[in-house]
Amino acid sequence: MLNKRHYIILVLVVVLVIVLLKLPSATMGKVKLAISGLFLPLFGLSGSAHALTEEASATLMTKRQLWRENEALRLQNQEQQIRLQQDEAIGNENARLRSLVMWPRQMPWKVRLARVIARDPANWWRSVQIDLGSRDGIKPNYAVLTSDGLVGRIQNAGATRSQVLLLGDPDLRVAAIVQANSLHTNAETGIILSSSSSPQENNMVDLDYLSGNSGVGPGQTVVTWGAGGVFPPGILIGKVVDLRPKEYGLATEARVKLAADLGSLQEVWVMLP
Amino acid sequence: MSGLHSILILAAAFVLVFFEASSDLFRHLLGAQIDFLPALMVYTGMTNGIATIALLAVGGGLWFDSLSANPLGVSVLPLFLIGLAIYRGRELLWRENPSAQLFFGLAASALQPLAVLFILLNIGHAPLIGWKSLWQWIVMAVGGAVFTPVCVVLFSRVHRILDYQPIIHPGFRPDREIKRGRL
Repeated sequence: MLNKRHYIILVLVVVLVIVLLKLPSATMGKVKLAISGLFLPLFGLSGSAHALTEEASATLMTKRQLWRENEALRLQNQEQQIRLQQDEAIGNENARLRSLVMWPRQMPWKVRLARVIARDPANWWRSVQIDLGSRDGIKPNYAVLTSDGLVGRIQNAGATRSQVLLLGDPDLRVAAIVQANSLHTNAETGIILSSSSSPQENNMVDLDYLSGNSGVGPGQTVVTWGAGGVFPPGILIGKVVDLRPKEYGLATEARVKLAADLGSLQEVWVMLP
Repeated sequence: MSGLHSILILAAAFVLVFFEASSDLFRHLLGAQIDFLPALMVYTGMTNGIATIALLAVGGGLWFDSLSANPLGVSVLPLFLIGLAIYRGRELLWRENPSAQLFFGLAASALQPLAVLFILLNIGHAPLIGWKSLWQWIVMAVGGAVFTPVCVVLFSRVHRILDYQPIIHPGFRPDREIKRGRL
């Protein structure tokens, strides 16, 4: 049977929960980061163990394997150098044309590499923790990406860690644009939301609010639009898989396969302004 | 021993929450992360006092929520209520039986996510719920059920190592010795 002491503890727990749930979101974010700071030694240990494993596997590799890998990377590097030269030429041309039509010049992206140290333990959200924080110049709402495409944005930034909301999380919406197939078709804009048909699929999201008579088709590329100011324009999001009419044909919803694999994130880039 | 036992339970909760956040093993193998806290709460409810139950609910719940996108505190109340329910009826439970432990672990691990989702939906959040959630729920419930007897065995071993061992009285008692005479 429950006695008076049990009821007092129950009331105390209920009051604590109500107080915590009523906290403003900014304060709650700070309190969460402070509490999760207790895990820092374990994250440090886990990082050291990971580094040791990598070192050990590198030591176990034969000279021949290393030479082959080195050769492949050298070739890849040469290819990237040629592409970079081409991109620089295109960039210069773009800047010249922009100045001719009086458009503002696009600033180059500044990025910082971060390691994913934890995933959301709850199955109903999509978020990860990274090992960069406000000490490294990270602030909420900075875009996070991989070399494949957009991943999400910073939700809370602590001193040494930050929480990243991933694409497909219900609290993350991204203004996106479907790149036109040819010069004769218009680019369509919409909002990236969590997938309504398969919300747990890591690599699928919905592109909603497309116009009913949009000429968007499967295979078209979706990139960030830049509206809203959180995500810079032109970051690759994914490709359209299929479409379905909504609101009696007045609007269209597209399913988009993400370019970045959110299920196996190890390292990400945080975009700084 | 009671204080040490409570500290050990809190330490186990801390390590388990860290494991849930840092390991992708179950996510990749089964498509869902297993929550071990309800199983630990079942063990705590069966063997410990109300203060330890409250500490585990608050500590474990806050640690879990701090690494998740859950609103802070949302996991605390369901954990506490599970612990309280087990604690209240523990004299009637067959605590030493692994099947009973499995059953209560299953029930607790199945009810905990449902209760958290219920609170989330009622405070205006929209968690990702679809058909795959059903599979995730089954994985969480079965995983928690399997972990409960394991948890009981592990803690009883630790208990045996750290606790004072009971004095075993030998069958021999000098006052009951049969004194034989010459015949």
